[in-house]
Amino acid sequence: MADLPDAATCYELLARMTLIRRFEEEAGRQYQRAKAGGFLHLGIGEEATIVGTASVMRKEDYLIGTYRTHGHAIARGTDPKHVMAELFGRVDGTSGGRGGSMHIFDRENRFMGGYGVVGGNLPIAAGLALASEYRSEDSVTVCMLGDGASNTGNFGETMNLAALWKLPVFFLVENNLYGMGTSVERHSAQTDLSKKAEGYGIPGKRIDGMDVIAVREGVAEGIRLAREESRPTLLEAFTYRYRGHSAADPEVYREREEVEEWRAKDPIETFAKRCIDAGVLGEREAQEVREKAEQAVLGAVEFADASPEPPLDTLYENLYVTDSEGWYAVDERSPEPHRGEREDRMPEAARELAEAGAAYAGQPEEPRPNPATHGDVQEGVPPEVAAEAEGPEADDDRADDDEDRNSEVAAETTEEQEVAEEVED
Amino acid sequence: METLRMREALRDAMAEEMRRDESVFVMGEDVGVFEGAFKVTEGLLDEFGERRVRDTPISENTIVGTGVGAAMAGLRPIVELMTVNFSLLALDQIVNHAAAIPYMFNGQARVPMVIRMPGGGGHQLGPTHSHSFEALYLQVPGLLVACPSTPADGKALLKTAIRDDNPVVFIEHESLYGRRGEVPEDEEETLRFGEAAVRREGDAVTIIGILKMAHVAEDAARVLAHEHNVEAEVIDPRTLRPLDLDTILESVRKTNRAVIVEEGWPHGGVGANLATLITEQAFDYLDAPVQRVTGADVHMPYSKRLEQAAIPHEEHVVKAALAALEGSI
Repeated sequence: MADLPDAATCYELLARMTLIRRFEEEAGRQYQRAKAGGFLHLGIGEEATIVGTASVMRKEDYLIGTYRTHGHAIARGTDPKHVMAELFGRVDGTSGGRGGSMHIFDRENRFMGGYGVVGGNLPIAAGLALASEYRSEDSVTVCMLGDGASNTGNFGETMNLAALWKLPVFFLVENNLYGMGTSVERHSAQTDLSKKAEGYGIPGKRIDGMDVIAVREGVAEGIRLAREESRPTLLEAFTYRYRGHSAADPEVYREREEVEEWRAKDPIETFAKRCIDAGVLGEREAQEVREKAEQAVLGAVEFADASPEPPLDTLYENLYVTDSEGWYAVDERSPEPHRGEREDRMPEAARELAEAGAAYAGQPEEPRPNPATHGDVQEGVPPEVAAEAEGPEADDDRADDDEDRNSEVAAETTEEQEVAEEVED
Repeated sequence: METLRMREALRDAMAEEMRRDESVFVMGEDVGVFEGAFKVTEGLLDEFGERRVRDTPISENTIVGTGVGAAMAGLRPIVELMTVNFSLLALDQIVNHAAAIPYMFNGQARVPMVIRMPGGGGHQLGPTHSHSFEALYLQVPGLLVACPSTPADGKALLKTAIRDDNPVVFIEHESLYGRRGEVPEDEEETLRFGEAAVRREGDAVTIIGILKMAHVAEDAARVLAHEHNVEAEVIDPRTLRPLDLDTILESVRKTNRAVIVEEGWPHGGVGANLATLITEQAFDYLDAPVQRVTGADVHMPYSKRLEQAAIPHEEHVVKAALAALEGSI
């Protein structure tokens, strides 16, 4: 077992993991209270992989991840209150309420995004690394992906390109044993994911993703190879999410015993115990990080709750960059005469349409029915109560809304080998 | 003015912008050593070297995605996809990422990249190499869509596209690469997106055509003048997003008739969209239903005879214009 770092580093690692744990627990609670919408993917159990990785990155390095990245942003330095505000869909969210749980982003801390399409972040990681190489900068890109992403076409394409161009990028597979509800054995012919990129020229290793110190060591070496030798490598970190894939997960695909077995390896408890046993940290400090996390998270909820809803006249903002030009934004729904799409402001009629639509958002209800069991509403309020509380109009809207949530599409891309032809005209 | 072929004009645009801005680079399948499947990148590798003219593996989604990442980090990639058809393999990165990122991250990231792709039929390349997907990209908010028909427009629009901070889908037509035209020699000559060109003035009917069909529209207008004594106004929108609807509506209010010509499929096409806009905004000025001339609703057949039967020609446009004018001449 690798040695513990100094006390200050241990404290910071424990504090950051505890903060993320507490944040995610609270996010789940707020989701049940319908403060957060959409899908919610929690990283509870995966804190050591997240924090271990971020803790050995430099400020100028890029981190890019999946749709389970509340913790990744926090590990990079994003204030939890902005992440919570994003879950609440408010103006002070990391993306001003445009992205939601799956699309957290923080340019300042070089957290280059959560991405909702499995594997969609891989080529973008290669591009970030290409930019570093192109400008002869020292920065590297750390690309985190799930076990499921190793089956996408992007995985093969990006591994090949990264190795071929010797890009300063490092790949970390957060293997939590399931691509949504399908276990690695059932989704990948090669179950040793560390071997999956070898054929493309990217060597891999496996590490214990529940051990924050092991993660630090493995990632530090991967980053060093990327930075100093421009050699992309891959690390497969074994980790586990204690909660379901998303809040809508009935968890029929795994046994309670398996969850309990992994609970015994809890990355935070085991690390705290190790630090205390080694005399690096005391009980007092362990208690202190819990208290600080509690305060930060409750403060984040308060902040998010107080943050305003996005104004409707921002509906079209940032769709296009219009620094120098103001002629892109147009709403085709508008019955107003188009004026050559030279309006940078919504026409009045479009604004009215937006207002009429937004009225259907209504007020959040609590507690929310579990979207996974929509139709029989096993958890939360009985349907008749919900109908009374909402009135007929809002009820219609809610039905649509839940239908969307129920129809989760496995975001997998299929790739075909494409043979281009030389063509002479 | 100098006389250039379309492919030379496009190459000059890239070369001039690469000289002007170190952050501009080109990547794509066979753009370097091979100098492009259609020779549009001829000479660029010699002048700029492998760092800035990058041959890629055949991995469309990753080529575009790598461009997206590089653009987010501040570079200005020009990505060449060998044909519009192959761009379908990159649709995830174009639609879910390049177009969405500025919006979904609330302006914290920009994606200043150009995705060039040639399309269109006429070379017996069959069903997987002859698509026209202007309508597909036109539909996506966050993208700009250019479709130049002349070397001058091609050069000026490509320079604008490279300088623009938004992702641009730049659609070229394979049959126009060899076409010559006058091109201004001024390196600062750019063209704003959203400015249509009136190719020919007339008062009887407005014909709107894009890419190769802009030329077919002009040919048809000449036939209409010589054989039917009808003066057609011909408009080339040049960009579809943004669209210069002003110029089109102004013309329709004058002529009271419109014909839209495109090579793509009829359902949900460029013409379908534009016909709706014209009907919504100039209904009271229309003396006849808006006419559409489109490619046939089939996958492009290989046989030369069948292929030509599937592509619009000037006769089709003349017929559509006369249909719009029925009863008035």
